[in-house]
Amino acid sequence: MGEFFAGWFPAGWEFLGYTVAALIQAFLLVNVIALGAFVFIWAERKVSGRIQDRLGPTRTGGAFGWLQSLADGIKLLSKEDLMPKDADPILFKLAPYVAFAASFSAFMALPFASGWVALHLNIGLFFLIAVLGLEVFGVILAGYSSGSKWSLFGAMRQAAQVVSYEVPLGICVIVPLMICGTMDLVAIGDQQRGLFTNWLIFHDPFIFVVFWVYFTCAVASVNRAPFDLAEAESELVAGFLTEYSGMRWSLFFMAEYGSMILVSALAAILFFGGWNGPIPIFSALMDWFPDYLGNCWWFSSIANMFGVLCLLLKASIGVIAMMWVRWTFPRLRVDQVITMCLKYCVPIAAVCLLGVMFWTALGVPFFNDLLPAQERSLVREGWFKTGEKQADALLESLSASTDEEGDVE
Amino acid sequence: MTPLLAATSEVAINWHTVMFYVISLCACGFAVIVAMTNNIVRMAFALIVSLAATSGLLFLAGAYFVGAMQLMIYVGGTVVLLIFGVMLTAQKAFITMRTQAGDWILGLLVGGTLLAVLVQLVFLIPQWQSSDYQSVADKQLLAFAEELKSQQDRGEEITPEQRRKLELLAAKASEGMPQRTGEIGLALVGVRADKIESEETGLAGYLLPFEIISVHLLVVLVGAAYLARAKRHHHGGDHL
Repeated sequence: MGEFFAGWFPAGWEFLGYTVAALIQAFLLVNVIALGAFVFIWAERKVSGRIQDRLGPTRTGGAFGWLQSLADGIKLLSKEDLMPKDADPILFKLAPYVAFAASFSAFMALPFASGWVALHLNIGLFFLIAVLGLEVFGVILAGYSSGSKWSLFGAMRQAAQVVSYEVPLGICVIVPLMICGTMDLVAIGDQQRGLFTNWLIFHDPFIFVVFWVYFTCAVASVNRAPFDLAEAESELVAGFLTEYSGMRWSLFFMAEYGSMILVSALAAILFFGGWNGPIPIFSALMDWFPDYLGNCWWFSSIANMFGVLCLLLKASIGVIAMMWVRWTFPRLRVDQVITMCLKYCVPIAAVCLLGVMFWTALGVPFFNDLLPAQERSLVREGWFKTGEKQADALLESLSASTDEEGDVE
Repeated sequence: MTPLLAATSEVAINWHTVMFYVISLCACGFAVIVAMTNNIVRMAFALIVSLAATSGLLFLAGAYFVGAMQLMIYVGGTVVLLIFGVMLTAQKAFITMRTQAGDWILGLLVGGTLLAVLVQLVFLIPQWQSSDYQSVADKQLLAFAEELKSQQDRGEEITPEQRRKLELLAAKASEGMPQRTGEIGLALVGVRADKIESEETGLAGYLLPFEIISVHLLVVLVGAAYLARAKRHHHGGDHL
């Protein structure tokens, strides 16, 4: 995208193109979280309403109450910004931004379609997991700086939970990584091209189990019910953010929804083929009409748009499932949460890790042989592709004129 | 984009340099705050920002793996543990910490020594002394490209083998190359993928230092656990 915009500007001013590209990307990413939270806050009420056999919001904005989130937002904006007397003023004000920034910066490395990613890292998966872990910090900071012992208790409980659930989450994430042989999220998604049997969840029985463990840990690590004991209504009242009001409170909420979308999108990429639809319509079209559509930029753009839609749809299904879980299951006690993590999630994930390892090492036949092996290895060698591109550019610049060669030095 | 290609197009503002100054200012500034502030929790916060900025520097340098590692281990792990420790142990008297004069001297001594060693190291490496430094991979790429160019001028076609070699060299000169995690894993057991083609094919085994560090860490952990246990036993008879 940077190169595209840099082409618009005269020589010497390409940096403006890169700046424009960066601003557009930042704008899009912010809106993924903001609009996502906007829609999902409304959806949460509707889902909870349906599950509890009631209607949910109906008045604001017509029959479905679809303007409810906007009304909430205006209400939150107009609320007074309170701060307890005992609070540490600097840290109290900073904490929401820390939590939000941690959630937001993880979106940098999340690809939305093949190559449509703000920051293409060859260790994207690792970066995402590392950044997700930073959210704990905002929680602890908020709980501590509030100057209230209930907030502190809530923060401690939530931090303990999030930190401990990172262990099985990490093990679960290793499984798709091991099958694909790369930490590059774009490459992991691209390797699952083709029919839906190519999705990693259908790779072998073990990874099918791993997905459920991953989802459990993801629900726990974004602190959603039934793992939201930090917010237990009876004794703690909203846990670490008890003392927050208005916009600062809603920043925490946005961070939570951002993390939910992120974790669901990651599940979609790791287990459900990412931006690949169940049936490869676009690549089939491309195969049938290679002359017309082979190098057609708008066609590949449409295909990528479709990929974005696919990924967002899968991620939304994940988020809706989290809401469904929230309004269905009773909240766990603190000992049950830790038992769940240490006695069930970690051993199951570890056994499945070994199982997948032996499955791939022994070469047990699996369904997803539909993608030709040669193509698969090509995707795996994405590195050489960058080399090819650069070699092309280099040869072009060398053969252009002899004058330019003086500049190379 | 390789540094080589970047050099060919004239760039008005070098954003890389700007970001380097911003992030390093952040790292240094918050490190100073760590030393200056008295409140122990603010100290921990400043430490985290400083460490996160350091990982930003690593990302700027193209060392993505190390940068993410820094985030994961230091910012996400160690400092959270540190804060836990602070919150669980710090009472009213310890929450504000005054640094004694002796501590200042000792700290300056240790920090100054480390700084002196690092500065010496920086000036020891010849490539870092000039600003127009190009990496070995870049120079190889440039030389080979020149060769191909002259070959083209003579009217000869570029063979597929040469083309492949050029691609390899270009990929090598690109910034993401040394951080491929597979290579890092191989390097840990002593196979240096980045030195296979050069003369100094290294079995530059990092395995031994790695093992020594991990065993050392284990010893430290066991020692810490032992000390913590002994203290509690010493203080009172109540078995928790």
